[in-house]
Amino acid sequence: MTMLKTLAPYEVKSRDAVENYKGRQLLYVNWERHRMFSRPFVLALPPETLFSVIVDQYMTDCFSYHPDWKQIDWNTVVWQNGNTPFTPDRDKSLKENGIGHKDLIRFRTPGLDGIAGTGY
Amino acid sequence: MDMKVAKKLGLKERYSLMTRDLAWDTTYQPMDKVFPQTTYEGIKIHDWDKWEDPFRLTMDAYWKYQAEKERKLYAILDGFNQNNGHLSVTDARYINVLKLFLGSTPPLELMAARGFSMMGRQMNGAGPRVACQMQAVDEYRHFQTQIHSISNYNKYYNGMDEFAHQQSRMWYLSDGKSFFDDAITAGPFEFMVAIGFAFEYVLTNILFVPFISGAAYNGDMAAMTVGFSAQSDEARHMTLGLECIKFMLEQDPDNLPIVQRWIDKWTWRGTRKLASVGMMMDYMLPKRIMSFKEAWEMYVEENGGALFKDLARYGITIPKCFGQTIEEKEHVTHQSWIGFYMKPQATPFHTWIPTPDEMDWLSEKYPNTFDKYYRPVLEHLDAQEKAGNRFDNKTAPMNCQVCVSTMKFNEPGDPMEMCFRESIYNGEKFHTCSDHCKEIFDNEPEKYIQTFISSHQVLQGNCEPEGTDVNAADFKPGQNMLDYWKLDKRALGDFNGSEDQKNFAAWREQATKN
Repeated sequence: MTMLKTLAPYEVKSRDAVENYKGRQLLYVNWERHRMFSRPFVLALPPETLFSVIVDQYMTDCFSYHPDWKQIDWNTVVWQNGNTPFTPDRDKSLKENGIGHKDLIRFRTPGLDGIAGTGY
Repeated sequence: MDMKVAKKLGLKERYSLMTRDLAWDTTYQPMDKVFPQTTYEGIKIHDWDKWEDPFRLTMDAYWKYQAEKERKLYAILDGFNQNNGHLSVTDARYINVLKLFLGSTPPLELMAARGFSMMGRQMNGAGPRVACQMQAVDEYRHFQTQIHSISNYNKYYNGMDEFAHQQSRMWYLSDGKSFFDDAITAGPFEFMVAIGFAFEYVLTNILFVPFISGAAYNGDMAAMTVGFSAQSDEARHMTLGLECIKFMLEQDPDNLPIVQRWIDKWTWRGTRKLASVGMMMDYMLPKRIMSFKEAWEMYVEENGGALFKDLARYGITIPKCFGQTIEEKEHVTHQSWIGFYMKPQATPFHTWIPTPDEMDWLSEKYPNTFDKYYRPVLEHLDAQEKAGNRFDNKTAPMNCQVCVSTMKFNEPGDPMEMCFRESIYNGEKFHTCSDHCKEIFDNEPEKYIQTFISSHQVLQGNCEPEGTDVNAADFKPGQNMLDYWKLDKRALGDFNGSEDQKNFAAWREQATKN
């Protein structure tokens, strides 16, 4: 049932439907309590991309500017997909990890709360 | 014999002749078919003649006053320009305020002019039709005079000449574009609440009073004159929006829940749009007049609060977002400025870290938050910059599906946590930055699934030269963004070391020494 108020039926398509990404899907990544990056970043990648590539390449490129990055103990990192806890397998793909189009991966690094504990 | 002189018409009669007397009821087609948009939103109007036109008292003198204001304005602009007014501003950093203003405001004034022209056509009543036409003229005038007042700076400083091209393409201008796209594609009554009420009240008060006073404090007589000339129109515009709301509420009790939803929605959308204006006040004006927080308290909490008390007799309640805006007034400007600072290669204006005394001013104005959450970060970034390691976040950001702000706001009640909300529509996920944006999305998802999000467009390959293969091994999203945006490379980067900074210093030296 449409909720949009229009004078006549109006067919609406999503501008970011997965088919607009030519075989890739969107992925958002956020480092919690590190708002210096001020926002999650977004990538478009094939669903076959290994999770290790996300961490070693894309996350490192973005977040390694932060002095906390080097101090992360990866064994204690807490992962969420949206608001749901999950445990990624580094050696598996996004698809195998159950990560779909426009999922938001959030990770927490206990004990690391940003510059001078500001959450930044 | 004495000459018989016809009695001069009264104000009321002249108004009537110039407005309602020009209208007629159609005969070949039913009125409902000629004005189809007045019914589909669900608003019930029984008697259009009950419309009390806020323009009626000024109608007669309108053209005369506007012409007079225009003559004064252009005399001041000419004087400012001929006296090299661009060198009399406090600091070359100030000019970046104008660059941000130019991209984000005149295009919206033009959209307002278009919108009021459209709504003037759609209102099935001569009173509102004429009022909308008059406002459309005002908005068009604001669009032109704002550009004219800044054009003098464009002769000397970088990054101003492609604002019209950038308006529909650049990430940081998407929030304003989305605001007006949303309003202008709504029905006429929602448009009136969106622009006539929320935009004029929430936004223009803060933009044209404290911010423009800030322009005056910083020696920019051109912007000051435009701002004050515009603000005297804004008062009339607000009255039109408010009259429209009262009119709807008085016509039928069924209109109340619809109007309430619009007030909730557009107050929030206006609040989000204001974050960048607040950032100009707190961070970009070298000589500050008041903090955004103080302005918020005066213009929104006090004035806006009084307005809602006035509307309470119709059953209108304070917008649901009010509490959150009061909490956010402590944070949004700092979060926004850090957000812009981290993207030095993606704006046609410069950014910088505030000086130590400016940070002290921020501490004084924001005693609850600045030293705890923001000063240590700014000092860290400053130290990094001085060590040759200036922050440059090259990644594409995530945006809110409704307000299109980048996701930089905190969870209510916890300044250290980011706020994320999520909706699923037709099997696809949509992310929003707050409960209020989520509610707006969930009410009309069909509208917002079309939102233009700049970073997504990059990833779809829509900002690349034709024929680019986004799946090619060497494809790097964003590598052609500067061309797509038509960004002037001299306008990018940190203020320190910029061409604007050097030129301003050199020209001022010439102007003040032998």
